[in-house]
Parts: sequence; structure tokens; C-alpha cells
Amino acid sequence: MSITRRTFLRASAAFGALAPATHAFGAARDSRLVTIVLRGALDGMAAVAPIGDPAYAGLRGDLALTRANALPLDGFFALHPAMPQFARLYQARQALVVHAAASPYRGRSHFEGQDVLESGQSSVGRADSGWMNRMLQALPSSRNAGREGLAVGALTPLIMRGPAPVLGWAPQSLKAEDDLAQRVLSLYRHADPALGAALAQGLDTNHMALNASKGVEANQGAGQPHAAMVKTAEGAARLLAQDNGPRIAALAFDGWDTHVNESARLAQLLAGLDAALATFEQTLGARWADTAILVVTEFGRTVQINGTGGSDHGTGSVAFLAGGAVKGGRVVADWPGLAQAQLFEGRDLKPTLDLRALAKGLAADHLGLSAKALDDAIFPGSQTVRPLTGLIA
Amino acid sequence: MSGNPDPTLVALHRFGLGARPGDRARVGADARGFVIAQLNGQVPIIGAQLPASDEATRQRHAAEATRKEASQRPAPSTMAEAGAVKDEEPHIEMTLFRAEAAARFQQLASAERGLIERLVLFWSNHFTVSAAKGAAVRALVGAFEREAIRPHVLGRFQDMLMAVEQHPAMLIYLDNTQSFGPNSRAGLNRERGLNENLARETLELHTLGVDGGYGQADVGALARIYTGWGITGPQQGPPDGGRFNFAPPRHEPGPQTLLGRTYPERQGKAGLEQGGAALADLARHPSTARFIARKLARHFVADEPPATLVAKLEAAFTASDGDLSTVTRALLEAPEAWSAPLAKLRTPMDFMAALMRAAGRAPEGPAMIIGLRLMGQPLWQAPGPNGWPDTTAAWLAPEAMAARLDIAAQWGRRAGDVDPLDLANDILGPAASRDTREAIAGAESRAQGLALLFMSPEFQRR
Repeated sequence: MSITRRTFLRASAAFGALAPATHAFGAARDSRLVTIVLRGALDGMAAVAPIGDPAYAGLRGDLALTRANALPLDGFFALHPAMPQFARLYQARQALVVHAAASPYRGRSHFEGQDVLESGQSSVGRADSGWMNRMLQALPSSRNAGREGLAVGALTPLIMRGPAPVLGWAPQSLKAEDDLAQRVLSLYRHADPALGAALAQGLDTNHMALNASKGVEANQGAGQPHAAMVKTAEGAARLLAQDNGPRIAALAFDGWDTHVNESARLAQLLAGLDAALATFEQTLGARWADTAILVVTEFGRTVQINGTGGSDHGTGSVAFLAGGAVKGGRVVADWPGLAQAQLFEGRDLKPTLDLRALAKGLAADHLGLSAKALDDAIFPGSQTVRPLTGLIA
Repeated sequence: MSGNPDPTLVALHRFGLGARPGDRARVGADARGFVIAQLNGQVPIIGAQLPASDEATRQRHAAEATRKEASQRPAPSTMAEAGAVKDEEPHIEMTLFRAEAAARFQQLASAERGLIERLVLFWSNHFTVSAAKGAAVRALVGAFEREAIRPHVLGRFQDMLMAVEQHPAMLIYLDNTQSFGPNSRAGLNRERGLNENLARETLELHTLGVDGGYGQADVGALARIYTGWGITGPQQGPPDGGRFNFAPPRHEPGPQTLLGRTYPERQGKAGLEQGGAALADLARHPSTARFIARKLARHFVADEPPATLVAKLEAAFTASDGDLSTVTRALLEAPEAWSAPLAKLRTPMDFMAALMRAAGRAPEGPAMIIGLRLMGQPLWQAPGPNGWPDTTAAWLAPEAMAARLDIAAQWGRRAGDVDPLDLANDILGPAASRDTREAIAGAESRAQGLALLFMSPEFQRR
């Protein structure tokens, strides 16, 4: 089985090398790119189970998925049963899975891992801007036309932080009077431009989202990851669907650090993610065809279940790609195997694909970004990380 | 803005909770001396009437048992009975959480020694436990701060570390209550094993820092050292139910090697000393001194603190064997702490405290809990064990700023009988810029003028 996977990856790389760099986007497509960061480290082996690997069932014990309870993907891999919408999109060739992937970070700290993933740097260090923000700066003017990025949530995630202008939006309720807002903005204009820029963006996006929708203003309840994810996706999709709205968006969903009782918690979270993706599809309407949604996490989890029905911090994990623009219906993986000697440091799924290769492939084929911008500015020092091409239909 | 910042603002904003009317005058000419004097005396106790964490756990256990029993009763036969079931009280963990929040808010509103409260907030964030984990932590998160953090902010780091790692809230939050020595009697019998969550975060977040020179083997060793650290079942009742307990049958047998030092096996209850010795060594490790020094300097002074300042704090930590009063004094005595520009954005919690103090209004717990969430810092509910971020960039987010405006407007309306320019003169004095004065003077209502004061850069930054 693993030989088949290797062959596939090589074939797709070769296709990428032969195809002209601009093959994937024509004048017709008004591309949208959304990245969802799953904070806390998604257990990729639980989300997309390598049920064809002979070592899998033994390593996973009670948490192992089987052909009987998992959703089929390609025979070797099967999907967690909490993700029927993703399975439907996969069958419709609008979703794919990338497995055994990781950022270049090889430690096991969430916070460093998220910094590397979101900053797009090749190692831990200064993380003052994110790769999506630098992507905004590098977009060809015909595709950007003065548009801002969209950061969803009360705080801008690092992946979207940086000099390029960013709209912030989150479901919210109480509203200050417009007159007061204008006076505060006017005070900031001279006295504190940084505060002014942030406030102006916050006010603008609230108006846009509220005008475009009815009913998003309700507060999201804590402890209900499902509802919160759907509400967040709905608000983001409304803004992305607008003709004059943003084209590049970043979201973050928390809570994936499943050290204990993983089975129940993860089912809830994956169901929320699944529903969020379906909400994007529904709310984007005709714009879904222009959209690619990338779902990534800072690292994976131990291949073995720990002593408390969960898993500890690991290395390789999965990434998901969904959207009408995606050339889906497949699992892209150079599967490293799960035998003891094949594991990273004897305990983790060994990463065989750099997440930057995935992001670079998307950026090139979906957004038309140049190799130079990708190698130097967006993912500094990533010249040797070849883009994974052929992801876009 | 040129030269050093106004020392009174440094004293009240950088090292305090913000000014109440009259506070500026109380600072006087020696702003530094005003802050240093706050190191004298006992740390005030708050919430004396609130249940301790063991009592809180027992109450929650009892409430759950009652709830279970109620759910097993036959379905109500009359409308009156049905109504009675529907109108049940809020869950005990919410009641406890709100009572703890009220005590903390009250203290933030009225504290005379703002520095002490800022230290409590800092250390509480350094040793984060989060209600996001669920009901068990939600019920304890306030008691954790009162019991494990507050008493030690002017004491020894080692004592705080020990109190934190043995506190039920932390043991639940980072899963150690569920960790078993794989070769322990209980582990073998029940086929349960190790959970390395608490060990990893102890090394990464509580002591050495991520670059502090430990490896996966050290994480494993500390996780084994921690096995058996848990809680006595609440069903056992007072005095032990819900308290920290060391359970030798769960403790991994054998010596453990952590950071090159071997901690011998001890039999029975003495097995706890393995962890005591390990934490004592971690508390005085050079990496810990460096990590804490940098975090303190970054929290109080600047996102990128001067290296000279960090070095002073590190030296004070090492020389005093982690005496936090000495370390804090070194921070206050450093010239860097009084010359760095007031550029850091107040966190939502700091902003909320400053609002209460400036407006002279009693806390309104439920509204403040919602407000903190809208500004991106839900109370005692950080997203992960690394706590809230401590840089301006992290808080200077469009959505969060829009929420600050809404909350400033609300507090302006609430305190609407105060003259805004008088208040600005009182709490900011000459540090209020001309722009801010003009904006306040031109406001169309007192409420609007107060909102402008609360949103002014002088009020937002510290």
C-alpha cells in the first residue's frame, strides 16, 4: 500500500513540474483562500485513520477506527465518522486529505509549534507577522485591488498579523453609538494611529457583517464548540461571499489538545469542524466554486494511546483541503509506516511532507503568487521546499 | 512625547491598577518610593468567606449526586412539579465561579496596593489553570488563585511552585489526577499509564522555559515523578475529601533521572519527596531564573524588554534563591522600568480594573464577565496552559478594540454624573495630552466625555 502512495505523490509532483505555472487560474475565477488553524494539535491518526497499515489497530487500541465504523476514503485511509460532510465533499472531488504532514517545527511545545506554523518561518524565532499577511502584501494588484485580509475572532491570529491591512470580525452584540466612535477615531488620528487603525477596522467589519446578515449577532456560548465553529464559519463566509469583501481569511478553532478521554472530545470537535466546512459551502453559494479552505494544526500526537485514553504531543498529522476549487477525492501522502523503526523518535508519526509545500502549492495555483515571493517573503528560506502542485481544479 | 514618561503614571499604570480619584495626589513627589513601599506588609487575603478548594470540590460532588438522583425520579405528574424541575438553580460550579469573580473584582476596585494585585494577576497567568477545561476546574479556578498564587507573590518562588503543582485545580487541569505509574501497583492492576501533560508544562511553562535545556526524557522522568499526585475523593468528606493526596500505589517505582540528577526511590508516603526535591531543584535552576526574569520584564515594562533589565532581575532571582519580593524590588529599582515609554496596551482585565477605579463604581460582575469575553480575555479562561499573551500586538486587534469602545461607552453612561475633564485632571494630571483634553472638552455629554477619557491613549496604554 505504501508503495502506491509514494507513486502517487511522485506522479503529482511530476505533473506539477511539467504544467505551466499559471495553468490553474484563469480570468474567470475570483479566488478565495481560507485557512483554519486547529490549536492544540489535532490527532491526525484519529481524524484520518491509516486502517490499511498493519500496525495501526494495535497501536490505537480502543480508539482504533475500523472499516465497520469509519467513513471510507481510499481503502488504505478512512475518515472519522463524525465527518460525514467532509466525506460527501471528498466523494464529490471537492475535498482531499494530506497525511503525515507537519510544519518544519520538530519540538513538542504547542506555542512554539503554532508560532512556526503561523509565522511561516522555518524555525522558532521572531514571529511578528504571519504568512497569510505577507501573502496579502505579495498578491498581484489585479487580484487584490486594495482588499484586506479577514481575521476572524476577538484577537487577530498570528497567521494574519502584519503590516498588510486586516479586517477583524467576531460574533458580537453590544454597539456603541456612531458619534462616539467618530470622536474616538478622530482623537486617535493624531494621538495614537495604531489604536486608530485597529478600531477603525473593528468598526468597519462589524457593520459589514451585520448589514449582510441577520442573526449573526447572537453571542456564541462557551463550551459549545460545535455552535461556535458554525457561527464563526457563517460570519466569515458572509464577508467572503461579498463582491467587495475580503478574499483571504484566517480562523482558529481551539481545544484540540486531547490528552484525556480523546474519543468523546474529538468526535465533538471534528463534528464541529465538519459542520463549519458545510456552512462555508452553503453560505458562500456560487462563490464556493472559487474557494479553497486549508485546515492545519501545529503538530500531531503520539501514535500510541497514553495511560488516560488520550494522546500526548507528537509530530506528523493531517491537513484537510476543501472547496469547489479543489481537485479532491484523494489522500495525498508519502506514508512513512507505523512500525517502531518507522516512527519519528520512536513515538510519533514521521512527517514526510512539509506543510509549507502544501501552502506554497495553493498560493501558486490558486492565487497566482510567484515562486520568488513564496520562497523569499512568504515562507522565508523555503527554497528547497518544492510547492505541492495539482491541488486546484 | 519626549524624555521619560510621567513617573506618577508609571507608578499607577505600569505598576498599578490605575488611579482612583485622589490617588495621583497620594503618590506625591517620590513615585518610585510610593511603589516600593507597597512591598511592605502582608499580602491581603480576599474571599475569606468563600469555600476553600476542598470544600468547593465536596460541594460540587454533593450537587452532582443530588442532580443524578433527581434525574432518576419518575417524570413529573403535575405542572407544578414540572416547573419545579425546570427552575433549578444554576450549577454549583457557576455559583462558585461568580462568587470568586465578585471577590476578585471587588479587590481590583478597592485595593490600596495596586502592585500586589498586578503581581497576583501576573503569577496567576504564569501558572494558568483555565475554566475552559470544564466544570471541575471552573469550580476551583478562583480558589486556586487565592490559595496557591496570592499568598506567595512576595514569598519564595519555590513555595508558589509547590503550592501550584499540588493544587487540585492544576492536577485536574493538566490531567495528573489521571496519570498512573505504568509499573505501579494500581497502574498494572487497572492497565492505566502515564500522562505527561503536567510534567511537560511544568518544564516548559512554569520553570525552565521551552529553551531551558530539557528533553523528552526529562519530561518522561518528571511525569513518572508526578505519578500518585492527585486528590482524595470528595465522597470521603471533610477533612481530606477534595484535598491534595499522594497515592503510593499509583507512584512509579524506581529512581528517576531529571536534568542529569537522580532522585532515588522512596517507599510509601515518602515517595512524595521525590517530587519535592525535583521541584526544589527546578525552582532554582538558572534557566528558571532567566525565564521568569524575562517574563516579568516583558509584562511590566516592554514587549521587548532591555537586556540590562532582564539581567538585573535574573541576578536578583539567583542571589535571593527565588525570593519574589527581592526580585520585584529589583524591577522597581531599575532605571529602565521608569524610562521605557508607556507603550504597552492594557490587557482587557487591566482596562476593566482601571475603569472601576476611575469611575469609582462598584463592580458589576455579570456584565464585567461578558465584557472581558468580548474584549478577548474571558475571565479565568485562557485558551491554553501558556495563559494570555503579553504583548501589545496580541491585544491590539480590531474586534477587541471595537469591544473596548462599547465597554467604555457603557461605563461612561454608568458614571455619567462625574465631570469628565475634572476626572481627567484628577487621574491623569499633566500627562493628559492636549488632544485628549480637547476631545473631552468637546464631548456632547458627560457620558460621552468619560468614554473618550477611557478610550484615550493615556488610559489605554501603560
